[in-house]
Amino acid sequence: MSAPILSTRGLSRAFHGLQAVSNVDFDLPPNEVRALIGPNGAGKTTFVSMLIGRIPPTGGRIAFDGADVTDLPAHARVARGMAYTFQITSVFSRLSVHENVALAARRRLGGDAAAVDGAVTQALARVGLGDRADDAAEDLSYGHQRLLEIAMGLAQKPRLMILDEPTQGLAESEIAAFKVLIRELAAETTILLIEHNMAVVMELADRITVLNFGEVLAEGTPAEIHANADVQAAYLGTGGADA
Amino acid sequence: MSRALILHLGLLAVLLAGNVLLPAYHHGNMARIMVLAVYAMGYNIAFGYTGLLSLGHAMFFAAGMYGMGLAIRLADAGALPAMLTGLAAGAGLSLVVGLLALRTAGVSFMIVTLMFSQACYLAILYFGEWTRGDEGFVIQAVDRTLFGIDLSDPGNRYIAAWLLFSAVLLLTLRLVRRPAGRVFVAIRENEERARLLGYDTFRAKLSALVISGTISAAGGAAYGLLFGYAGASFAGVQYSIFPLLWVLLGGAGTVVGPLLGTLFMFYLIDLSSGFTEAYMLIAGLVLIGLTLFAPQGIAGELRRRLWKGLP
Ligand SMILES: Nc1ncnc2c1ncn2[C@@H]1O[C@H](COP(=O)(O)OP(=O)(O)OP(=O)(O)O)[C@@H](O)[C@H]1O
Ligand SMILES: [Mg+2]
Repeated sequence: MSAPILSTRGLSRAFHGLQAVSNVDFDLPPNEVRALIGPNGAGKTTFVSMLIGRIPPTGGRIAFDGADVTDLPAHARVARGMAYTFQITSVFSRLSVHENVALAARRRLGGDAAAVDGAVTQALARVGLGDRADDAAEDLSYGHQRLLEIAMGLAQKPRLMILDEPTQGLAESEIAAFKVLIRELAAETTILLIEHNMAVVMELADRITVLNFGEVLAEGTPAEIHANADVQAAYLGTGGADA
Repeated sequence: MSRALILHLGLLAVLLAGNVLLPAYHHGNMARIMVLAVYAMGYNIAFGYTGLLSLGHAMFFAAGMYGMGLAIRLADAGALPAMLTGLAAGAGLSLVVGLLALRTAGVSFMIVTLMFSQACYLAILYFGEWTRGDEGFVIQAVDRTLFGIDLSDPGNRYIAAWLLFSAVLLLTLRLVRRPAGRVFVAIRENEERARLLGYDTFRAKLSALVISGTISAAGGAAYGLLFGYAGASFAGVQYSIFPLLWVLLGGAGTVVGPLLGTLFMFYLIDLSSGFTEAYMLIAGLVLIGLTLFAPQGIAGELRRRLWKGLP
């Protein structure tokens, strides 16, 4: 296994006594598609929020690309090649779809307007929003706003893309298109995917990490996780009856 | 040349024509309005584009006015170095205030900027020996010559005001269409998203505030130099509220909005005070009407109805 692009040691976060994430050791090798799953409230969003620097950990360290980034602000981590899409859609609602993606591309490409336009057109085409570029983001349907979030991630050309429940609220046809997109993207970048839709997880993930009550419950290939009795118990509350 | 640039150059041409076309009374008013609009444009960078609602911009206006005025009064500086002193005072003050106040946001930011501004106002009163406190001081006509041009002459004064106005208008137009200006707007719209796209939002807000404070100071310095007076009232709360009103009326986050708002409010007060003592009441009613029927301000309404691309 090559040196991980991302790793955490003892990563923890408490909210007023509630241990949302506790002591997570996590290694993500480059070019992998890793799914992060777990029941509601397991601490998935909290965990990735610490990775990107939205919230500070109460303990533990984070390394990205061989360097400790625990004390770096979020924007500096993004500058090093991380990208994050929000679980709760967070776009610039009053700005145009084009400008939303352009803002994502411009940090990397600077004042080169032609290059930015090119990156925007490409990212929007990949998520199928090419014909909506001039609309205000708030005029898009919920599902399309999710796709816009992904386009913003693409335009950043990150080396690690963290997607927090990207398929939430997408229609079946959109989910199918999303799977194609992630498979293409997996050739270029490392992906950490929080996902509730198990069909999507089983199809896309190289490996799966299961979080439960803030701790890593299991980690393995989709087949291993599928067969894991603890996971069945935590996830389905069935005590693994149908494992 | 883009449509936006043509439009704004056209506006500048109309204002320049005003120098020969306007009757004396309105000619004088217009020179004043252009200088005040510079202040409003400065405010608009922070509030309109970046979403930083400051209630203390009078301190920057006054920093420019007193930086300029005191350089002449105490150091016997020429008009040009005095202007530059005013600009430097505004830039320095906005940097310091920004470093401290930008640790807060929203209501706290409003309160902190208000407090800083009050502190500046009180400092002007306290150091009355130099500033002549409430009374202020006159800047003599002899000190008001720039490159050999007498700025107390109404025609020269109009042109000087127009030049400053034009420079700031074109600078704003350029800034808001450049990547840096787009980041200001992104911060206004959704700061956390902007941060997670990799932008150092603290630094961007600090730049916005320094640009805003420096332009405001240019307005203050020019006002003192062109109209020959510096006084503490220009540092008062009222002068912090004015640019907010002008920008809201004219259209926050539009390049021409500050001029339209300043012009509108100037004449609203001018006309209503002509036939009633209660002119502020009339002004207040019109303001309420505008906020109800054109909440985006005049230029914001134009943008919504006529041209979505208006910068
Ligand atoms: N800002 C916060 N303040 C207090 N408690 C929080 C905060 N954020 C999360 N929590 C709590 O931490 C726990 C983990 O939440 P988190 O959002 O990380 O779960 P999740 O695995 O992402 O859940 P979901 O699948 O519903 O998105 C939950 O109990 C949640 O209520
Ligand atoms: Mg979550």
